Amino acid sequence: MNTLIRQSGLSRLFDLSRRDVITLLIFAAVVLTMPIWLAPLGAAYPGLMQKFAIYAIFAIGFNILFGLTGYLSFGHAAFLGVGSYTAVWSFKLLTMDILPAILFAIVVSGVFALVIGYFSLRRSGIYFSILTLAFAQMCYSLAYSVLTPITQGETGLLVARGDPRVLDTMLGVQAQTGGVPQPSMLGTTITGYTGFYVCAVVLILAFYVSQKIFASPFGMALRGIKSNQTRMVYTGFNTKPYMLAAFVISGMFAGLAGGLLAATDPIAGAERMRWTESGNVVLMTILGGVGTVIGPVIGAWVIKYFENIFSAINTGTLNEWFAFLPDGLQGVFVTVLSKFVGEGWHLTLGLLFVLIVVFLPGGLLEGSQRLAARFRRKKQPQRRELRQMEAGE
Amino acid sequence: MTALFAQLLNGLDKGAAYALIALGLTLVFGTLGVVNFAHGALFMLGAFCAVTFRYLLTIEVVTTDPTQLSPWGQPLQVRTPIIQDWLGDWGAVIVDYSVPLSVLLAIPVMAAIGIAMERGLIRHFYKRTHAEQILVTFGLAIVIGEVVKTFYGPNPYPQPIPSDLRGTADIGAWFGLAPHILTYPIWRLVYLLFSLGVIGGVFAFLRFTTFGMVVRAGMADREAVGFLGIDIDRRFTIVFGLAAAVAGVAGAMYTPLLPPNYNMGMDFLVISFVVVVVGGMGSLPGAVLAGFLLGILQSFASMTEVKTLIPGIDQVIIYLAAVAVLLLRPRGLLGRRGVMES
Repeated sequence: MNTLIRQSGLSRLFDLSRRDVITLLIFAAVVLTMPIWLAPLGAAYPGLMQKFAIYAIFAIGFNILFGLTGYLSFGHAAFLGVGSYTAVWSFKLLTMDILPAILFAIVVSGVFALVIGYFSLRRSGIYFSILTLAFAQMCYSLAYSVLTPITQGETGLLVARGDPRVLDTMLGVQAQTGGVPQPSMLGTTITGYTGFYVCAVVLILAFYVSQKIFASPFGMALRGIKSNQTRMVYTGFNTKPYMLAAFVISGMFAGLAGGLLAATDPIAGAERMRWTESGNVVLMTILGGVGTVIGPVIGAWVIKYFENIFSAINTGTLNEWFAFLPDGLQGVFVTVLSKFVGEGWHLTLGLLFVLIVVFLPGGLLEGSQRLAARFRRKKQPQRRELRQMEAGE
Repeated sequence: MTALFAQLLNGLDKGAAYALIALGLTLVFGTLGVVNFAHGALFMLGAFCAVTFRYLLTIEVVTTDPTQLSPWGQPLQVRTPIIQDWLGDWGAVIVDYSVPLSVLLAIPVMAAIGIAMERGLIRHFYKRTHAEQILVTFGLAIVIGEVVKTFYGPNPYPQPIPSDLRGTADIGAWFGLAPHILTYPIWRLVYLLFSLGVIGGVFAFLRFTTFGMVVRAGMADREAVGFLGIDIDRRFTIVFGLAAAVAGVAGAMYTPLLPPNYNMGMDFLVISFVVVVVGGMGSLPGAVLAGFLLGILQSFASMTEVKTLIPGIDQVIIYLAAVAVLLLRPRGLLGRRGVMES
């Protein structure tokens, strides 16, 4: 009896197609071995890898809304910010343990998403984008002005020694001696690598949840809404609850990412809610490939990797690189390129944005598939199949 | 009562800026069907036209004046702007009036930028989804902002008001009130009149010229106009240039009120989209009406009495208005039934 229940529970848990299970296992392996394979790429710092994992979660969540339903939200950074603030408040009031902090971050941002989604989803298309943008801007300007007692405005919300931390006091957890208390998980202090592994495990879980959603009837319904909402309604399908559920789930993912940001670095600021952050997650998702399970993760990694690399380059490094050129030419190269690196990384980002939308609307995944298809065609011409594939897409 | 009236006036100049930006956005949306997230960047570029114009005017020549001696016994070095060197006192006046005169620079430059933008990028996106249009123009807005940042740096550039137009006008006295009860800065009045002039000009252009008639016909039914053998695409490109120029002059004239920096475009963009939506997508009078209404609304919301009643209302009133309009009357104040109503 006992085994039977466990079996059915387990089988339901891993109720993925064989292909999905393999993808999940490979994905988990890739994520957990990040410190190894990122080392030759010069990006194996714990702080950066935490960002990789966290923004991948953010993008996965965004993709559940945008990829499945086609509704482009321009205000997802609001949920990220709300998650961060909630987590830091949990550190301040309850305990330095990150588990309740993250839990609260998810719940509170979920509530925000429920309210914002309830209103925004009454419209579609560009109106939906503008509504979400308006709500996010409202959160942003309120966080900077009236809500300063809660958000600390421009300073950012910080954990301080003298905070009450009711649960910690009740359970008799001693405050660490000296300095500002650090977040911990079940007694273990979160440092660089523990922080990364926590984020990595959460990322794998998030990926799994996203796979489940994509494969579920719920995901199927969302895709139906994307391809033709009117038809879905005519077939007697009430699309509203599905859309709202997708919006809330996606908002909760963003809140989770925000909570993790606070857990690895206990500070929350309103700049996380800016519209540029919302734009960033859109870019990550489309860069990787909208509507695919793995695409957003790749997009987030690529963006964060290049952000790190490009921001670190300065005129000195450029001069070293082009030292082999004649002086005049070297000067020209360095002057031009220096506009695109360091502080100018955002310029590169904007250009990337434009180029991707113009030339590669399907993202990197589709691009690589097209390349692969071209190579395959050279080997054995299967035009008919290819044409069917293209028509299917 | 006068306090309310003063707030009304205060709202008008901001509303005028919103109306001008929203007018361009609506023109582009109505003709090309493109949701242009880079329109705020055009406003910002216009503002930097004013900055550049003043910079060019104030390039100085150093001359030595042998008749005067510095305290160290050297001939005194005098720095004069070149233009003043050439034109004498007229040059000084021109430098003083750099902001209003920069409109002359802003119009051709911005029209050229607009046309280049449309030909180079936007026209490839007519048939793509609105989401993709938003994305590509959003990326373009980032690029424009960053390019401006590399050339001008991140700090705002305050621009002076021409010395004759500084100070306040005693509007109350004009209407028979006691002096100093109702005053209004002259430059804001100038901006208001200027934008009314531009708005009137655009409407007259669309209303009374053959070109405008074709454009209006194209807005109503693009294909039919195409069948008549009219190259509507070329006309729409020019409309894009016109919209860019309108945004540009709006930005250039606004510089004394708000020192421009590379980031200002986006702040205005979000608001002007709200304005467009409130006015009714694709309705030009709606955009203008909503621009002024929201400017006034914002001005009332920032009154101390209102702020103490509902803290923070001045920050969010515009967005609240947008949410209310979108939910209650999705086609906007003056929008046509059935246009983008879903």
